[in-house]
Amino acid sequence: MVAIATRPGREASRPANRVGGVFLRGLLIALALGFLAIFIALPLVIVFTEALSRGWDAYVAALVDPIALASIRLTLLTAAIVVPLNLVFGVMAAWAITKFEFRGKSFLITLIDLPFSVSPVISGLVFVLMFGLQGWFGPWLKEHDIKIIFAVPGIVLATMFVTFPFVARELIPVMQEQGTQEEEAAIVLGASGWQTFWRVTLPNIKWGLLYGLLLCNARAMGEFGAVSVVSGHVRGITNTMPLHVEILYNEYNFVAAFAVASLLAMLAIVTLILKSLLEWRLHKVHL
Amino acid sequence: MSASIVSRLPFRPTHGVIPGFGITLGITLAWTALIVLIPLAGLFLKSATLGWDAFINTIQSPRVLASLRLSFGTAFAAAVVNAVFGLLVAWVLVRYEFPGRRAVDALVDIPFALPTAIAGIALTALWAENGWLGAPLAALGIKVAFTPLGIVMALVFIGLPFVVRTVQPVLQDFHKEFEEAAESLGATRWQVFSRVIWPSLMPATITGFALALARGLGEYGSVIFIAGNLPGISEIAPLLVVIKLEEFAYAEATAIAVALLVASFLLLLLINSVQHWAERREKGA
Repeated sequence: MVAIATRPGREASRPANRVGGVFLRGLLIALALGFLAIFIALPLVIVFTEALSRGWDAYVAALVDPIALASIRLTLLTAAIVVPLNLVFGVMAAWAITKFEFRGKSFLITLIDLPFSVSPVISGLVFVLMFGLQGWFGPWLKEHDIKIIFAVPGIVLATMFVTFPFVARELIPVMQEQGTQEEEAAIVLGASGWQTFWRVTLPNIKWGLLYGLLLCNARAMGEFGAVSVVSGHVRGITNTMPLHVEILYNEYNFVAAFAVASLLAMLAIVTLILKSLLEWRLHKVHL
Repeated sequence: MSASIVSRLPFRPTHGVIPGFGITLGITLAWTALIVLIPLAGLFLKSATLGWDAFINTIQSPRVLASLRLSFGTAFAAAVVNAVFGLLVAWVLVRYEFPGRRAVDALVDIPFALPTAIAGIALTALWAENGWLGAPLAALGIKVAFTPLGIVMALVFIGLPFVVRTVQPVLQDFHKEFEEAAESLGATRWQVFSRVIWPSLMPATITGFALALARGLGEYGSVIFIAGNLPGISEIAPLLVVIKLEEFAYAEATAIAVALLVASFLLLLLINSVQHWAERREKGA
């Protein structure tokens, strides 16, 4: 209030300052937008122009190629395994962390967050060290004819690792803010634990949960480094979409590489649009 | 029975009414141990079996040393660029109204959402000598793609949201009254920024800088396409981990990985202490 009242007088007394302010403002906006256009927007645009550079037919041909389709299937399969597991784990972890007090809580949160600060390459490497031929369990797995590394289970494990924190870390602040009174009231009134969760907790956290799942899914489908280390790059069998893009690109098949890449770029755009909508929604709930 | 076991554990619930403590915490601990703790512990165990001398020898071999130097150098340069431009972008998004501001705000998250390999090939196409941005620069004699400069460009792309998203909320909460008080007392615009605004943005900027740096150190997908990957010149440390793995030189791969991991843990520690320091200062003020 005070600020608004003093503003006109101050600006009227310093007209030169005001002209300078408009100029500075324009300059800063132009600089920021220019930077974002060059560094962030152009890379996104070029994916689509490159993908369509030989026309629509070449674009479609690259997508319906059997090996491309196999990579799309594997990516969808991986996400279909990893995202629900993260959903269950994330809700359980957030429940334990926010509804109860216990010693070592902050250490547990640090552990859950840890995969975010590990290089994707290392996230793959740790599983090679465990399950690879020279790894801790390698000889035993070979004896029993179980393949994890250079096979689909390794891809799922590595994706699991890199997406581990997403759901839990979105839910923890939301559930912390809501406290425990509503759940306590429900229990005292005779609701069972499940009823309390479905009828009281879930409606409160659904937007935050969706937000976490969205980001988790985007990362699960797009992960490259970790998956690349454990995949073995067998065409049509252990190549996810990002790995297929890499192979096409390294074979100088740029149109096909960018065509498959454009699907993942569209996933990113859809993710961001939904994310903005959810943020708007979350914001409204908080108000 | 089960209640008496729970009460003897170090994890002790205080809210008596809400059910599910034992099962949710049990599954959380087991799952975290299985997916995160045991695999990471395995990495450190493996490096311990190498012995200290072998570890040092690997790290000090010229190729590894060059890759670590390159990774740190390019990540540092990109984090500096990101600190400056991230601050600028956050400032413009919070302080100014202009058409399309919400769309621009969403655009900042593209590097988080776009898979790194896609970013990698797109950036390479953009900065290559025949690319939209690479061609004009090549005419000036500046080569970007397939040089360390290209690595910096990729890391600038990857790291920008870290700075913007850490600075933005702090700037949003900043009380404009302080600025207006300073201005009405006759401070110039630069004095207002450097003495009033910057001190409260500094912790967030440092945190964003450290986050971008940590991400840049370990980044793989967006870099390997644009880097050129010449050993000793444009070969980053994470790529060398992959190359060593492909040669089945597990010991060396582990040693480089541990060096990278320790560096990012130290950065994490730095971020935490900066935040503690900022919180303490906030309370003291």
